[in-house]
Amino acid sequence: MTRISLTVDGASVSEDVEPRMLLVQFLREKLGKTGTVVGCDTSNCGACTVHLDGHSVKSCNVLAVQAEGSEVTTIEGLARDGELHPVQQAFHECHALQCGYCTPGMIMQSVDLLNDNPKPTEEEIRVGLEGNLCRCTGYHNIVRAVQTASGQEVNAS
Amino acid sequence: MTVTEDRPAAATGEIGRDRRRKEDQRLITGRTRWTDNIQLTGMLHMAMVRSPFAHAKIVSIDTSAAKAATNVVDVYTGADLGESQGVLINAWPITPDQKTPVHLPMPADRVAFAGEIVAAVVARTAAEARDAAELVDVEYEELPAALDMKEALRDEVLAHPDLGSNKSALWVFDSAEAGTGGNVDDAIAAARTDGVVVEREFRQNRLIPAFMEPRSTVVDPTGEQNVMYSATQVPHILRFALAATTGVPESKIRVVAPDVGGGFGGKLQVTPEEWLTWCIARRLGKPLKYTETRSESLMAAHHGRDQWQKLTMAADKDGTLTGFKIELTADLGAYVAVVGGGVPVLGAFMFNAIYKIPAYHFACQTVLTNKTWVDAYRGAGRPEATFGVERMMDELAHELGMDPMEVRRKNWIRHDEFPYTTVSGLEYDTGNYEAATEEAMASFGYDELRAEQQRRRESGDRVQLGIGISTFTEMCGLAPSRVLGSLDYGAGGWENASIRMLATGSVEVTTGASAHGQGHETAFSQIVADRLGVPFESVEILHGDTQVASKGLDTYGSRSLTVGGEALVKAADKVIEKAKPVAAHLLEANVDDIEFEAGTFSVRGTDQGISIADVAGAVFVAHNLPEGMEPSIDADATYDPVNFSFPHGTHLCAAEVDTETGAIKLRKYTCVDDIGNVINPLIVAGQVHGGLVQGIAQALFEDAVFDDAGTLVSASFVDYLVPTAADMISFDVHHRSTPSLTNTLGTKGVGEAGTIASTPAVVNAIVDAVRHFGVNDIVMPCTPERVWRAINGSGAGGADPTTGDAMPHFDAEGEQA
Repeated sequence: MTRISLTVDGASVSEDVEPRMLLVQFLREKLGKTGTVVGCDTSNCGACTVHLDGHSVKSCNVLAVQAEGSEVTTIEGLARDGELHPVQQAFHECHALQCGYCTPGMIMQSVDLLNDNPKPTEEEIRVGLEGNLCRCTGYHNIVRAVQTASGQEVNAS
Repeated sequence: MTVTEDRPAAATGEIGRDRRRKEDQRLITGRTRWTDNIQLTGMLHMAMVRSPFAHAKIVSIDTSAAKAATNVVDVYTGADLGESQGVLINAWPITPDQKTPVHLPMPADRVAFAGEIVAAVVARTAAEARDAAELVDVEYEELPAALDMKEALRDEVLAHPDLGSNKSALWVFDSAEAGTGGNVDDAIAAARTDGVVVEREFRQNRLIPAFMEPRSTVVDPTGEQNVMYSATQVPHILRFALAATTGVPESKIRVVAPDVGGGFGGKLQVTPEEWLTWCIARRLGKPLKYTETRSESLMAAHHGRDQWQKLTMAADKDGTLTGFKIELTADLGAYVAVVGGGVPVLGAFMFNAIYKIPAYHFACQTVLTNKTWVDAYRGAGRPEATFGVERMMDELAHELGMDPMEVRRKNWIRHDEFPYTTVSGLEYDTGNYEAATEEAMASFGYDELRAEQQRRRESGDRVQLGIGISTFTEMCGLAPSRVLGSLDYGAGGWENASIRMLATGSVEVTTGASAHGQGHETAFSQIVADRLGVPFESVEILHGDTQVASKGLDTYGSRSLTVGGEALVKAADKVIEKAKPVAAHLLEANVDDIEFEAGTFSVRGTDQGISIADVAGAVFVAHNLPEGMEPSIDADATYDPVNFSFPHGTHLCAAEVDTETGAIKLRKYTCVDDIGNVINPLIVAGQVHGGLVQGIAQALFEDAVFDDAGTLVSASFVDYLVPTAADMISFDVHHRSTPSLTNTLGTKGVGEAGTIASTPAVVNAIVDAVRHFGVNDIVMPCTPERVWRAINGSGAGGADPTTGDAMPHFDAEGEQA
């Protein structure tokens, strides 16, 4: 067991973890942060995407011990003071989710994408979300949600 | 009830409004209740040991090392559990003599596919259970495996030796025998001399539903009612089947489908994992959780499609269809799943599609193999049929030198010919194929794209353009119970709803439909809000818990709105009728003078009125009710549809093919779907977008590939290619609304439309782009390699170069047969 201390969604936490424990397991099993989910075992689907020190990571691809001393933000920490993040709001407005399983990861990745590139083209959005799978929406409305959140014009239909 | 039926459908304007979804708030903030999120005090975890062999005898299983591992509670084998584990059911034996292997959740003596469970390890944590599963030592004696479905038909290697044959059932519909049309062999013989006959054999690739949430089950055996939480589409069917096969009274079983992360048919199964969690949790008396890994999901959750389609189409020289003969071979995999052979049989009613076909014959031979079992995947039988007929219409057009749309126009049912009884015996109520097609062609820019195609063709451009058409219909709203009965399906097709008028003004609605991404909480609220004249926000839709919504038949087959929505309407109308005497009593009027509109009961010709919420409050206190009246205006209704509904649409796809590399680029995709009246256009568009991508993915990317030992090679998202955002384009989506006449809301269903229509549109586009190289088919998924081989093989004069598989060793035999 190894003791780790880090900040998760603004709160300081400290836990003993097995060195092999993944960050996503730590979040779900130790902290009850079940907003972050697991969709695959090969780091393809991106459902577990969170921010580690301000950048998106697939939390199934990071060991919990690697997050020692870091700041982690999950989907549960994105809204501040009851105000949805603009990307969350845009996903709701644009009907960019159906079953919602990919949504936490998709939103966290979209936030990171817009941090890097505040006015992405459709092509840049599509490439930027390539590491996150969605089986319901066909990505059509996810692209529109990211465009909307970036304050850009959205094509109809 | 007559008064309320006369009201306009959209009294408060909720129906047809693009309401944002009620479901979203919890989903975008991470407050969702997935099954794997559930933690119960003292809960144990289970991991499975699965067979690496497609077909093998279990010689021995040594569990001692696993049992000795840290925090392991126990390890179970099929021999340990015996009959206590129950059995998995097939609800649709398609013929009386269907061969159906016994399907135990965990067999004791023989495994029939790679991925079948042979031992279950229970430990205090999921990680410890998985570690210990590695310590279970199983000795197998490998048996020859039946892998290729066509070879399996020869019965040289048996998937289940005790059955004596791999042939499970042969299901036949013949229009001459049924009296719905002529003799197809006569029509084909006549066309061979005086008309044209097109013969093709198409492959329906094996697909994996690949819902994003892996399946998970938690069983809590404490208390009088044992609870199963499961990531399922079918909590009610699951409860029924548990009771029927494990001997536990149905009244002591509660099944909860919490938030469920997608299904697409993949979660309408009753599964070995559920049965084992149920059995072992009850045996231990402790809450128990099993959550599968993605690889387990891809390997052992049921697959979809997987057919060979031998099709013969006969027509006059002017393109008028005279006959269509369909001979299917459908791989069931190792076991006959809950719907099983019923999936391809649904295609029997859809191969004739929107066309007037005088003679028709459909035969489907289902086959058992030692592969993952096969059942419904989005569309279930209808995508396969639509693919077959729409590909054939393009091939017929080519044979005749006609425009593919012209051949369709010549044969489709005109809008003034409805209602129309088809050659497969269904009565289509409404439709307007002309109007949908006209709108689609205009929005697509059909003529301009054809002109561009011509220019590229003439200039010998390296990038060739193809245009693919799919004018489809489907049967939705499964299903009239008597029709299901006539097809030997083991259950009915009704749906239930109940409405509770709460004292504080809110309206609690339960539905037996079980949503897993479809947005029922929003769309159903709109229906109830309109019907009862209450605010959208005041309506709460409850579902997915057999103790809350005690009656239901769940969600699949685009049935929730057309069947479940109609049950809501009927329950709401009962509430209004029950409230009317109360309103009359409180308003001191004659009940015959009471009118109901926009949530208010009023006395005809006066300004006196009382809201339905106030009536509910008065009924709650029950101080002043009509003499002898039961103090309740709550109501429930069970609705059995009288007919299917028949959405239709015209889908057009333009694809660019790089003739030097075989690479495909989608250029434009337009669809105009006539889905009847629309409750929420935003949700409808979302269903179409997602459906399109699943259908396009069948055409371009997805394939469950087994190696020659029967191991699934594409058992992770590295190899099973669910498309990404970067693989897709934005779509040009339109709706039309010819109201259905089979339900009062006039809805038709939309959940599967995109998937059903898009696959042939894409393949038709690709074949159209390279047809001048002599190509008339490319096996799905149309990978760049297959496209390149098709172009080059035929150019070199090869006899049948276009059906080559990406992995030739995989089904080389199948291609020759």
